[in-house]
Amino acid sequence: MAEALAPGRLLDTAQRRRRRAETWAAWGLAGPATFLLFLLLLGPTVAVVVLSATDWQLGAKTLRFVGLGNYAELFADRVFRQSLGNTLLYVAITVPASVGLGLGAAMLIEARTSLQAFYRTVYFLPVTATLIAMAVVWEFLFHPNVGLVNLLLALVGIAGTHWLNNPATALYALCAIGIWQSLGFTTVLFLAGLKSVPHDLYDAAAVDGADTAWERFRRVTWPMLGPTLMFVLVIMGIRSFQVFDTVAVLTAGGPAKSTEVLLYTMYTESFHYFRTGYGSAITVVFLLFVLTLTLIQVRFLDRRVHYA
Amino acid sequence: MSRPGVAFGVFRHVVLLAGAAVMLAPFVWMVATSFKPPHEIFAGELTLLPRQWHAVENYGQAFTKVPMLRYLANGVFVTAAIFALQILVAVPCAYALAKLEFRGRETIFTLTLFGLLIPAHVPAIPLYVMLWKAGLLNTYAALVIPFVISVFGIFLMRQFFKSIPDELIHAARLDGLSEFAIVWRIMVPAAMPALVSFGIFSVVAHWNDYFWPLLVINSRELAPPPLGVAYFRNEEAGHDFGPLMAGAVIVTAPLVVAFLLAQRRFIEGMTMTGLKS
Repeated sequence: MAEALAPGRLLDTAQRRRRRAETWAAWGLAGPATFLLFLLLLGPTVAVVVLSATDWQLGAKTLRFVGLGNYAELFADRVFRQSLGNTLLYVAITVPASVGLGLGAAMLIEARTSLQAFYRTVYFLPVTATLIAMAVVWEFLFHPNVGLVNLLLALVGIAGTHWLNNPATALYALCAIGIWQSLGFTTVLFLAGLKSVPHDLYDAAAVDGADTAWERFRRVTWPMLGPTLMFVLVIMGIRSFQVFDTVAVLTAGGPAKSTEVLLYTMYTESFHYFRTGYGSAITVVFLLFVLTLTLIQVRFLDRRVHYA
Repeated sequence: MSRPGVAFGVFRHVVLLAGAAVMLAPFVWMVATSFKPPHEIFAGELTLLPRQWHAVENYGQAFTKVPMLRYLANGVFVTAAIFALQILVAVPCAYALAKLEFRGRETIFTLTLFGLLIPAHVPAIPLYVMLWKAGLLNTYAALVIPFVISVFGIFLMRQFFKSIPDELIHAARLDGLSEFAIVWRIMVPAAMPALVSFGIFSVVAHWNDYFWPLLVINSRELAPPPLGVAYFRNEEAGHDFGPLMAGAVIVTAPLVVAFLLAQRRFIEGMTMTGLKS
């Protein structure tokens, strides 16, 4: 208030002083976080990119720059190519399955009021459960002789296999666990998306002659869910790319490299064989895939920030 | 209601209940097995309740064969330390970004958004090297330090602080409160809902984390629950599933129970994090 009465120049100085004080305070508040952001996240990310151009092995006294040598070696390496292929296959199965099933579950849950809360709770339960512990449970469910899966299959006369120990089935078994674990996540996101579809659109569509459920879905739900669908697809893509826990505990990339995935290859190369430069190159490849997906999402986020 | 309406209602429940059965089966089978003696488990029968109760033995072994209590205590300590430090670092920064005018604000915010794009696995190798150089591998510090900065926390709290009216801050300044005091005495209490959501996100993520503890911890005394379960599994698998399933129940129970008690908050906390998962 006093400022308003003061002559112009005095006001200037006072304001400048105040602004300077605010800047000092602001840097005092934001400084530690900014420092740690560089130290623990941005700096190490740059460091990974730099390391990926070296032949450094953890603990070695010297290192040599090899340019893109690690990347050339990566793509010539059969294990890495298989690892990349397995990861893409895992993503290609897990994402459409959990998104499709999640959408179906959400639409069924939302269609009527009875037991809505119950279904939402049950479907979401695996998302909160510690994945490592549940992976151990799944290993038991997949046990060849006394596992629930094969016991149930035997009831209908199907001979099961040693799901996690059979190169033909191990990756699919991990996909099943992944879908089970993320289905509730997609369901809940779609439930939020469905709630935001205005009800009069359905009435309007009915007036226009959309009298079957399929027509209502095709004309209203599907187009209105577009942004949510995009968002869920990308989020699930990023999550699935990060598959690691189940592989590390249940299969260690085997049998016969059939479940070798990017992060697991990165882990073994960097922390078992201590080929730090090579492991960094795998990290960079992983980062590029995730960034591509994230940038798609950011483009859509501009148009519509989605909080469930 | 018309007949197709009834038919659809039945169809809806049949499909959703079948799905619910699949979602629940691992939990049900885990708990059922944790009550059974070995010979019943290996008989391969589809029975839920044991003929001979072995719960005490199984849970007893889960606590005595491996230091389960120690794992749980480690988990509680590490997740609490991480969350406390995340708040200490992120909240003042979020306030500055939301409410103060200063040079560099846009830059810091842009860097935060960059940070959101980077998955936690990416900085792992350099962080490991840093902790190794500092002689901190295989310590609690190694479990906590990398997560002290939460770009998601900064982002989330900034968004929330922006919605708090400036008048509240002006009034506090007129009362002679410093910016530091405004953060902790005005903004934090006003932002409780956002803090709770962030807390759930943070605790769930770090209680369940396996990747990082696997890299930096190699002694049982420091293992958080997921690493502990993995150790237990490596020793037990194929021999006796009862104690192992009991261990899985013990490790999953805290979050599952918390979820059942506060579902809406959990779902909020875990899905808005779609941004960073």
